[in-house]
Amino acid sequence: MNKICKYMLLAFLILMPDVSAHAADTGAAAPDVDIKSMLFGHIGDSYSWHITKIGEKDIVIPLPVIVHSSTGWHCFLSSRLEDGPYEGLYCAEGGEFDGKIVEKDAAGNEVRPFDISITKNVAGLMINSLILVLLILGCSRWYRRHDVLKEAPAGIAAILEPVITFINDDVIKDSIPEDQSRKYAPYLLTAFFFILINNLMGIVPVFPGGANTTGNIAVTLVLALCTFVAVNLFANRHYWKDIFWPDVPWWLKVPIPLIPLTELLGIFTKPFALMIRLFANIMAGHAIILSFVSIIFITVKMGPAINGGMSFITVVFGIFMDLLELLVAFIQAYVFTMLSAVFIGLAHEGGTRKQAEAEEE
Amino acid sequence: MSLLMPDSGLLFWMLVIFLTVVAILAKWGFPVITSMVDKRRKYIDESLTLARKADEKMANLTKEHERIIGEARAEQNRLLKEAAEARDNIIRQAKAKAQDEADKLLAEARIQIEAEKESALSSIRSQIALISVNVAEKIIRKTLAEDKEQQELIRKMVDESLKMDSDTVKN
Repeated sequence: MNKICKYMLLAFLILMPDVSAHAADTGAAAPDVDIKSMLFGHIGDSYSWHITKIGEKDIVIPLPVIVHSSTGWHCFLSSRLEDGPYEGLYCAEGGEFDGKIVEKDAAGNEVRPFDISITKNVAGLMINSLILVLLILGCSRWYRRHDVLKEAPAGIAAILEPVITFINDDVIKDSIPEDQSRKYAPYLLTAFFFILINNLMGIVPVFPGGANTTGNIAVTLVLALCTFVAVNLFANRHYWKDIFWPDVPWWLKVPIPLIPLTELLGIFTKPFALMIRLFANIMAGHAIILSFVSIIFITVKMGPAINGGMSFITVVFGIFMDLLELLVAFIQAYVFTMLSAVFIGLAHEGGTRKQAEAEEE
Repeated sequence: MSLLMPDSGLLFWMLVIFLTVVAILAKWGFPVITSMVDKRRKYIDESLTLARKADEKMANLTKEHERIIGEARAEQNRLLKEAAEARDNIIRQAKAKAQDEADKLLAEARIQIEAEKESALSSIRSQIALISVNVAEKIIRKTLAEDKEQQELIRKMVDESLKMDSDTVKN
């Protein structure tokens, strides 16, 4: 029991700083805690990496802003933007481009320049990718340096090997025909570990974690796009025939191509579902945990007794949600990989099935 | 709504980062690991097959051993039996030979005894004949004087007996 209390306290302390900083941000401006902006501030993207606030001093990692505006390329640290416009660029407040860097055009309207800044999410992606690459290359280095026939895997290899073989054997090889699975395995394994690492790092509340990468639709869009390309670019004849001339009664496809149209739509809805599923799950997870934590700050006004009680309940629920998110982090990575593998498998299956049938005959 | 609108900058960087990660890991990461794991799996499979074969071979060998031991034992028994037979044979033959020898000796002895007996008998017979002749002579000399006819008879009888004697001597 003592141990559990200690962990709770620890979790409480870990969960605290980021949120308290956000709450303090808005709390200074308005007497009420602005939960919405805190929540969206955390879930969304930003030009600097806010770590915490000690007293009145914000601890922020400034990130490079790279913008191509009407006056050409601009490249500077985001800390320059704190004191108003810099080189004609500033952060919009409210309006269509809330929180984004904008410039004023000739008519005085706010317009968005071409913006490829290293934002918090980009930095997070870079850090997570670096971790991922180091982990996997460390693992493959072990295999290069050791004789697998004589030694059992140790270190990183021992941790990663079961996961890699699980995904490779139970997900990829089960879904994709043998001759094709070797080609797609590196992409699918990378996608799995990329999503898993990003999900897990998103749960860690302090730097270098905490960036809501896989809960951002741009990230999941790219992932889904890659699966879309992987499915459709190398699909066999049978796959396209199933889409444009499926085995259904003729009247479903001749005057009005009802089924072909549906199938054609299906090409796009499948990756779209992948995109939305991952994005919504991770984003919702972050939102729920943040909402729980913000209960503490909402109930401050209700007196110490209620605030204390609610804090305790919140911490308990926060721990529960964090554990659930750990599970979700794995499940979503698994589901994305599995569905990608199934879609790729479907794009290759018909041919081999026909071949198999021909061989049987 | 801003949550659902992908940001172009993030999209660009995500594409760059993800494709780089895929390229790096597809070149130096996962294929190495999966091929090594496959290699080991193959090796383990082969080892298991080999072990099974070795087991079977061992079982066969044990069977073979048992068979050979059984054969050896049978051979041993056979040899022992043969040896015993040979021994019995030799003893039997020796016995028979001894018997033969004994029989032969006995037969010779008997023949000799017979011969001895024969010669003894013949000498006894001749002695008896002489004695009887003498006795008869003595009896006859006393009585022959009395009658001529009787003397004639005696002479005749003596002749006959002499004749008989000479026959037996001849024989």
